[in-house]
Amino acid sequence: MNHIWMIIIFVAYLCIIGYLGFRGYRATKSATDYMLAGRKVHPYVMAMSYGATFISTSAIVGFGGAAGVYGMGLLWLTFLNIFLGIFIAFWIFGGRTRRMGLRLDAHTFPELMGRRFQSRFIQGASALIIFLFVPLYASSVLIGAVKYIASQMSMDYNAALLVFSAIIALYVIMGGIKGVMYTDALQGTIMLFGMLVLLIFTYSKLGGVVQAHQSLTDLADMVPKSLQEKGHQGWTSMPEFGGPLWWTLVSTIIMGVGIGVLAQPQLAVRYMTVKSGKELNRAIPIGGVFIMMMTGVAFIVGALSNVYFNNTVGKVALVASQGDVEAIIPMYVQSAMPGWFSVLFMLTLVSAAMSTLSSQFHVMGTSLGRDLVEESLGRKKGGSGMLATRIGVLSGILVAVYLSYLMEIKLGKKGIEIVARGTSIFFGLCACAFLPMYVGALWSRAITKAGAIAGMMSGFFASLFWIVFVEEKAATALMICEKIFGTPSLGIRIMADGTKVFSKTGPFIWSFVDPLLIGLPIAIVVTLVVSRFTKKTSGEHLDLCLGTK
Amino acid sequence: MLGIEDGWVVLVYLLCIMSTILCLVWGIIKWNVDDPVQEPDEEIRHWAEEEDRVESEL
Repeated sequence: MNHIWMIIIFVAYLCIIGYLGFRGYRATKSATDYMLAGRKVHPYVMAMSYGATFISTSAIVGFGGAAGVYGMGLLWLTFLNIFLGIFIAFWIFGGRTRRMGLRLDAHTFPELMGRRFQSRFIQGASALIIFLFVPLYASSVLIGAVKYIASQMSMDYNAALLVFSAIIALYVIMGGIKGVMYTDALQGTIMLFGMLVLLIFTYSKLGGVVQAHQSLTDLADMVPKSLQEKGHQGWTSMPEFGGPLWWTLVSTIIMGVGIGVLAQPQLAVRYMTVKSGKELNRAIPIGGVFIMMMTGVAFIVGALSNVYFNNTVGKVALVASQGDVEAIIPMYVQSAMPGWFSVLFMLTLVSAAMSTLSSQFHVMGTSLGRDLVEESLGRKKGGSGMLATRIGVLSGILVAVYLSYLMEIKLGKKGIEIVARGTSIFFGLCACAFLPMYVGALWSRAITKAGAIAGMMSGFFASLFWIVFVEEKAATALMICEKIFGTPSLGIRIMADGTKVFSKTGPFIWSFVDPLLIGLPIAIVVTLVVSRFTKKTSGEHLDLCLGTK
Repeated sequence: MLGIEDGWVVLVYLLCIMSTILCLVWGIIKWNVDDPVQEPDEEIRHWAEEEDRVESEL
C-alpha cells in the first residue's frame, strides 16, 4: 500500500485515540466516580480494555519472531501465560491483593508490600528495582513496534524510533497514561481483529491447520547448522533435552516469563483498581481468550512463517530476515498478507505498544514519586512527590528510548532475540525479588519483615549476579565479566585455540541456565529461614492485613 | 497428530486450547459472582479518593 495512505490512516487513528481519550476521561472522571457512584461501564468496553493492557508488541513481534527461530515449543509460554498469568493470577492472587490494598490503603505494589511488612525499606527498595528495570521492558516493547513501523514505511530504524517516541510522549501528555477505558477498548478491538485475520489467512494460505503443521514438520532438515548444533530438532519439536537451545527456550523464554508474570507490579495494581470481585472473575475469560489470540497466534504464525519463506524464497525465516529475529513477523506480514492488512497490523502493534507502555510509565512514575520520594523518604509536602512522579515518567521514556537505540546497535541482526530476552530478564528479576515476599504477604502469618527483606535482596542480587557474570548472552553483551575475569562468562572457559568450553554439572549447562532458576530458589529459602529466626509481625497487624479480625 | 511430530508440542497445542476454554467456562459460571468478603464503603471511599490524588500527579 502507498506510504501516503499508510500515514493518513495512521494519523486518523491517532486523532480517534486522542478524541476517545478526551471523551473517556470526561466519562470516567475519577476513581471515586467509578468505584462509588455506581457508574456502569459496558462489559465489552471493560473486556477489550483488559485485553489491551495484557499484551504488548513485545509478545507479538519479539516472541513471535523467537517462535520463527525456536518453533512451536514456544506455545508452552502461551499455556503458562493463560493458566498462571490469567487463571491462577486473577482467581488466587487477584481477590486477596484487592482486599489487602483496600485495607492498607495501598495504591502501588511497593506500597502494598511496604505496608504489609511495615517497612519503608521494602517500599523504597522495591520501587527502586521497578524504576531501574521497567525501562528495559519498556524498551523491548518500543523495539517491537519501531521495527514494524520501520519495515512497513521503509524507514531507517532510528528515524522510526524518533517518530514513535514523539507519538508516545504526546500520548502521555494528552493523558493516555491514565489508562482511559475507551481508548484501551478501541485498541483491544483492533488487536483482536488483527490477530484473528492473521491466523485465518496464515492457515488457509498454507493449506489448512494440519497441512500447515505437516509442512513445518517436513522442514526439519532445513534447520540452520548453527542451531542444529545447539539441539534444534525442527519447528514442531522441542529442542534436544539438556542442550543449549533447550535451556534457553525452557528456562529463559518459557519459565522466566511464564512464572515472572505472577509478580508483575503493574498487574498487581490492576487487581487493586477494579470495582469489585466480580470484575476479577470477568477478567479471566477475557484475559484467557486475549492471551490465546495474541501470543498463541503470534507463536503459531511465527513458526509457520518458515514454511512461507521456504515456499517463496527457499530460505527459512531466520535466514530470510538476515539474522534479525524481530524482523521475521514484520517481513512475513508485509510479503504474505494483503496490503490493507499491513496497515491494520501496524495499528494493532501501535495499539498494543501504547497500552502497555502507558501502564509501564504509570508504574515508573508512581515508583519514583509516591513510593520513593513521598513514602520512603518521607517528603509528602511541597509538591515534591508530584514533581518526582513526572520526572519518573519523563526519565522512564528517555531511558527506554535510549536503550532501544543502544540495543539495536549492539545486538541487532545477530540472531539474538533482543525483545524476548529483555522482557524475560525483567520478568525473571521481578519473580526473584518479589514473588516469595508477595506470596508470603497474601497467605502467610509466618513471614517476617526481616525475612521479606532478606528474601527480596538475596533473590534480586543472586539474579543480577547471574545476569552480569554467568548467563551467556547477557554477560557477553554487558562485558563486565570480561573486564574483571578475562572471560565472557564464568560458565565459559576459553581454550588456547580460542574454542569455548561450557561448564556443565549433569544436565545443567550453567551459562544457559536462566537467572530465575538460581535467584528464585535462593529467595524462597532465605525468606523462609530468616523468617523462622526473626521477630514475628504483631497479630493485630496481621489480622488487619489478612482480614481475620 | 495435527501434523506435529513431537508429543510435547501436540500436548501444549491442546493445553493452550483447553486452558482458554477453562477460562471461558469459569467466566460464564462466575460472571456475576462477587467477592465473599465485602469491604466497608468508607474504606472504599477513602481508597478511591487517595487513588484520585495519585492519578492527579500523573
